[in-house]
Amino acid sequence: MVNSGTEHTVKAFDSDINELRGMVAEIGGRSEQAIAKAMRALENSDLDLAAEVVREDKLNDDLEKRIDDLTFQTIALRAPMADDLRELIATFKISGVVERIGDYAKNIAKRVPLVTQTHRLRPISLLPSMSKIASELVRDSLDAFARRDAELAMEVNRRDQIVDDFYNSIFRAVITHMIENPKDIGEAAHLLFIAKNLERIGDHATNVAEMVYFAATGEPMPERTRGENPTTPLDDALSDGAD
Amino acid sequence: MHDDQKTLEPNESVHMTDSATTGVNTEGGPPKMTARHVDVFYGDKQAINDVSIDVNMDSVTAFIGPSGCGKSTFLRCMNRMNDTIPIARVTGDITLEGEDIYAPKMDVVQLRARVGMVFQKPNPFPKSIYDNIAYGPRIHGLATGKEELDEIVESSLQRAGLWGEVKDRLQDSGTALSGGQQQRLCIARAIAVDPEVILMDEPCSALDPIATAKIEELIHELRGKYAIVIVTHNMQQAARVSQKTAFFHLGTLVEYGETTDIFTNPREEKTRDYITGRYG
Repeated sequence: MVNSGTEHTVKAFDSDINELRGMVAEIGGRSEQAIAKAMRALENSDLDLAAEVVREDKLNDDLEKRIDDLTFQTIALRAPMADDLRELIATFKISGVVERIGDYAKNIAKRVPLVTQTHRLRPISLLPSMSKIASELVRDSLDAFARRDAELAMEVNRRDQIVDDFYNSIFRAVITHMIENPKDIGEAAHLLFIAKNLERIGDHATNVAEMVYFAATGEPMPERTRGENPTTPLDDALSDGAD
Repeated sequence: MHDDQKTLEPNESVHMTDSATTGVNTEGGPPKMTARHVDVFYGDKQAINDVSIDVNMDSVTAFIGPSGCGKSTFLRCMNRMNDTIPIARVTGDITLEGEDIYAPKMDVVQLRARVGMVFQKPNPFPKSIYDNIAYGPRIHGLATGKEELDEIVESSLQRAGLWGEVKDRLQDSGTALSGGQQQRLCIARAIAVDPEVILMDEPCSALDPIATAKIEELIHELRGKYAIVIVTHNMQQAARVSQKTAFFHLGTLVEYGETTDIFTNPREEKTRDYITGRYG
C-alpha cells in the first residue's frame, strides 16, 4: 500500500521522516550536479571544475553519514512499522547508493586531466547524451522516492536499457578507435572507463528505483524485461554489470 | 444462539489477507477453534460485527486494535466469559475441536478448563502458591492422591518457568509474589488443568519490561503445546510473540494474516494507519 502521507499521531516522528526525505533529496541533487559538472569539465577540459567535483564529494560522504545516523536513530527510537519501516530501510540503502553515484562522478572528474586529446577521440561525442540520460535516471529515481511513485520507479528501471545501449555503442566505437589509432589507446581507455562509470550510475539509479518500488508497494519490483537490442557475446562478457 | 442463515464450512477461511500464504489448515491440521459470523451485543449496542476467524494449534494468535474495538469482547466469547454479563448476547458459531461451545449440552465449567484464561491484572487466589495451582486439578478431579497433585503442581510451575523461584516457598501466599511472578503463577494455574487453548487478555500490561520478557519467552515455549490467543495493546509485543495477527476496529475484523505480513505490508489502510501510529 502506498504511503498516503497521513500524519502520525506523534508529530516528532513526522519531522524525523521529513528531515530524512530532505537529506535524501539533497544528496541526490548533489550527486546529479556532480555528474553534470564532471561532464562539463571533461567537455571543456576544465581542470578547476574537475577539482571542485572531487573536493565536493566530501560533502556527499558527510551527508550519507548523517542520513544513516538519523535513520538508525529513528528505527531505534520510533520502532516504525509497515510502510514507515520500509521507507526507512529504503532510505538507509538509497543514501549509500546515491553516495556511490557521487563517487562515480568524482571518478569521471579525476580522469579529466588525463583526457586531453578530446578533439581526436570521436567516441567522446556520444558521452554527453549518455550522461544526460544517466542523470535523468538519477533525478527520476529520487523524484519517485519523494513521491512514493512506484510507476515512475518502474519506468526508470526500463529506461536504464538506453544507458546500457549507449555503453555498448561507445565500447565498440572506442575499440575501433584504438585499433585505428594505437597511440590514443591510453586516453581512449580513460574514455571507456568514463562510459563505464556512467553505465554504473544508470545501474545505481535502477537500484534506487527498486528500493522505491519496495518502499511504496511492499513487493519486490518485477524483473526487468530485457531490451530488444541483443548484444554480442563479447559485449556481454566485457560489459559486466551492464544488465 | 445460532444463526442458521450464515453457515460456513469449519475450515473455510475468511478475512485472510492472502489465502495462498495465510489460509488455515496449511500446516497444523484442522483449526483448534473456529468462529463464524459472530455478533456480540451488549443490550442494544453491537460490540462485535460478523467476525469469523480460525485459531490454530501451532501458532500464537494476537488480537490488536484500539481501545473499544472489541478484541477483548471477542476473546471472552471464546470461553463464554461473556455469559457472566447478563446483557451480553452472542450469535454465530464458535467451535472447539469442531464442538459448538454454545450448544446447550456444553458444560461451561469444563469448557473454561479446556479454554483457560489469563487476565490483565494478575489475580492469584489469596491462598498458598501450592493451592493456587492445586485448586483446578482438585475440583476437576485430575489427581487421585497427594503425590499426583504434587506432580501436577511441580510440572505446571516448571512449564510456567516459575518452579525455580518458588519451589522452596510453596506454602507462601500467592499474593506475596512480585507482579511478574503472580502472572506466571496465573499461567501455571491455567496450565494445571491441562487446557487446549489459553486466552490471554493483556497479560503484560501491568508488568515491567523484564517480567514482560519472561512472559513473552513463556508464550514462545508454550506455543505448539496449547493454542494461544493474546490480546495486546503493545504492537511490538504482538509482533514479537505471535505468528498470526488479527486487527479489530469498531467491532469488525479488518485484517487477519501472518504477523510478518501485517507488520511489514498490511493490505488494509486501517491496519496500516493503526500499526504505524497514524490512527487518530
